[in-house]
Amino acid sequence: MPEKHHFPQSERPVTEWPDEMGHFGAYGGRYVAETLMPALLELDSAYLEHVKDESFQKELYGMLKDFAGRPTPLYHAERLSKKIGGAAVYLKREDLLHTGAHKINNTLGQALLAKRMGKTKVIAETGAGQHGVATATAAAFFGMSCKIFMGTEDIRRQAPNVNRMELLGAEVIPVESGTGTLKDAMNEAMRYWVSAVRDTFYVIGSVAGPHPYPAMVRDFQKIIGEETRNQTLQEIGRLPDILVACVGGGSNAMGMFYPFADDPVRMTGVEAAGNGIETGRHAATLCAGSLGVLHGSKSYLLQDGYGQIKEAHSISAGLDYPGVGPEHALFKDSGRVEYVSITDSQALEAFEALCRTEGIIPALESSHALAAAMDMAANSGTDQVIVVNLSGRGDKDLGIVAEVSGQ
Amino acid sequence: MTRIEETFKRLKDKGEKALVGFVTAGDPDMEASLAIVSAMCENGVDILELGVPFSDPTADGPVIQRSSARALKKSMHIDGVLEITRRIRQSYRVPVIVFSYYNPIIAYGGDRFYNDGRSAGADGVLVVDLPPEESNELTEKWSKGDFCLIRLIAPTTPEDRMRMIAQNASGFLYMVSMTGVTGSGGLDTTELGDYVERVRQASDMPVCVGFGISTPSDVAAVSAVADGVVIGSAFERTIEENLENPDLAAIIGKQTAAYKEATR
Repeated sequence: MPEKHHFPQSERPVTEWPDEMGHFGAYGGRYVAETLMPALLELDSAYLEHVKDESFQKELYGMLKDFAGRPTPLYHAERLSKKIGGAAVYLKREDLLHTGAHKINNTLGQALLAKRMGKTKVIAETGAGQHGVATATAAAFFGMSCKIFMGTEDIRRQAPNVNRMELLGAEVIPVESGTGTLKDAMNEAMRYWVSAVRDTFYVIGSVAGPHPYPAMVRDFQKIIGEETRNQTLQEIGRLPDILVACVGGGSNAMGMFYPFADDPVRMTGVEAAGNGIETGRHAATLCAGSLGVLHGSKSYLLQDGYGQIKEAHSISAGLDYPGVGPEHALFKDSGRVEYVSITDSQALEAFEALCRTEGIIPALESSHALAAAMDMAANSGTDQVIVVNLSGRGDKDLGIVAEVSGQ
Repeated sequence: MTRIEETFKRLKDKGEKALVGFVTAGDPDMEASLAIVSAMCENGVDILELGVPFSDPTADGPVIQRSSARALKKSMHIDGVLEITRRIRQSYRVPVIVFSYYNPIIAYGGDRFYNDGRSAGADGVLVVDLPPEESNELTEKWSKGDFCLIRLIAPTTPEDRMRMIAQNASGFLYMVSMTGVTGSGGLDTTELGDYVERVRQASDMPVCVGFGISTPSDVAAVSAVADGVVIGSAFERTIEENLENPDLAAIIGKQTAAYKEATR
């Protein structure tokens, strides 16, 4: 029997997962066809070997600093805070990173690992295009060939990112199946990987997928929370009261939350409620989903009673996904993180508010976190500190915002 | 002796190899699917694999993706697949394997699936995205003798892992001929011989080869080295090309007979 059965979930601290099988409590694991299993086992041992290697960490840190632009600022949004009239709102400016979002933290890490494993080709799925751009960037940096799978609907609504990926030398492969969004792109990337598994490294963009991806992506993204922790201690002399981050697959939120998981800090993950959870047109997997297996791991899913995956809906392509990382499922069940949802129109209001009051154009994904944080700030005292992970910038979203505002 | 063991014994005595036929259950609809499967049974299929349609079939190529989507439009789910199994079992002794992704089985309930599957007359299951490492949660209450757990071996599977998989499998081993999704081309029958030999070193179980096999001459070549041949996408391609054809079942019957001839 695996060790986990001897330890009830509640007795093992939430930060001490996964086990060696990739389980986060009842979630996670490796649910893939046999063709991919040897590749995942190889990746797992390579990751464990290199992540402990000092030269790997040194090389990665050097790239994050000089190429990607770390550390990112922790910015006190004073005008926004004043306008809300409650807690002080701080923004962790991942939007200022090279390529415009937190995704580069992970793609540089995985591409460096790919290089050390001797792989010369990388593939990735992308929704909003941010992970695709970040993967194409890392591939260009290392001189690797790169294929990006992207749904046709996302290609339409995130056109600037398609141009960027192609400029960076990546081949963008349109995926027409299903709804032409992130889920379908991931299906197709997995199919391609099965056929090319011997020489190709699959760069997964979120804390989802089969083990070791959820743990590996978390470890590459946790620099967000580690910096935030140091910055709040230095700048305000204490830990923040509340952390807020948006959750699609959940990588920026996990990166922000994980280093604080043992601290007395309240953490809120914000899912996309689309047109409203009651309409059924949403992407609020943790708030309104149920247990299942998709894309290689067990977690919460949007599905019908027969186990068929439902379409997700969100104005934000990066949150438009019917699954969520398994560690978030554990954090939800253990009560360590609370998960709420924000509708398309609430996110758009927050988007405009930040543009006007602070001169910052946030990604629509991050605007969901911002909307929830503004609501919490309004209901908190002025001595409270809320940190929002501003995970990406919104240039890519101008088309969709114009389209929606024009209606 | 299980129906699957009986089948391989009977074939061995006759000097034949097994024709394993896969179709997505409910494509293009329940009644047509029953007619197709009956035609396969009448024309010599030795083992039947009934695919449970899934919204996100990540191990399948475009042909089976589309067949899955057609069957889902007709609301075909595990209950319907077991209904087809029950009706086939009224007329035929052919072993039936339910071929599914894991999530529909989780939604149906693993133990309920085991009980209902056996009472419908199914002989086993192949869960494509459930490796032995994660399998215990599904099968720990199942009795191993009466419901086979068919498992995949891939060209990427190392020898020690083949042995581990074989120890966790029953019925036969489903050997994936190439790294790729279902319906891919490019079967290399010379390399296949060595690969089958490696699998035989790891297990005494019958070995059936699938993926990328579409013509009777492919079937003959694979039959020369393996115990059985799995045909899936080639049947689905015929179904797709004849969706409106009233003779669809008869066409599939003829196709089955041609493949069966090549296993002799």
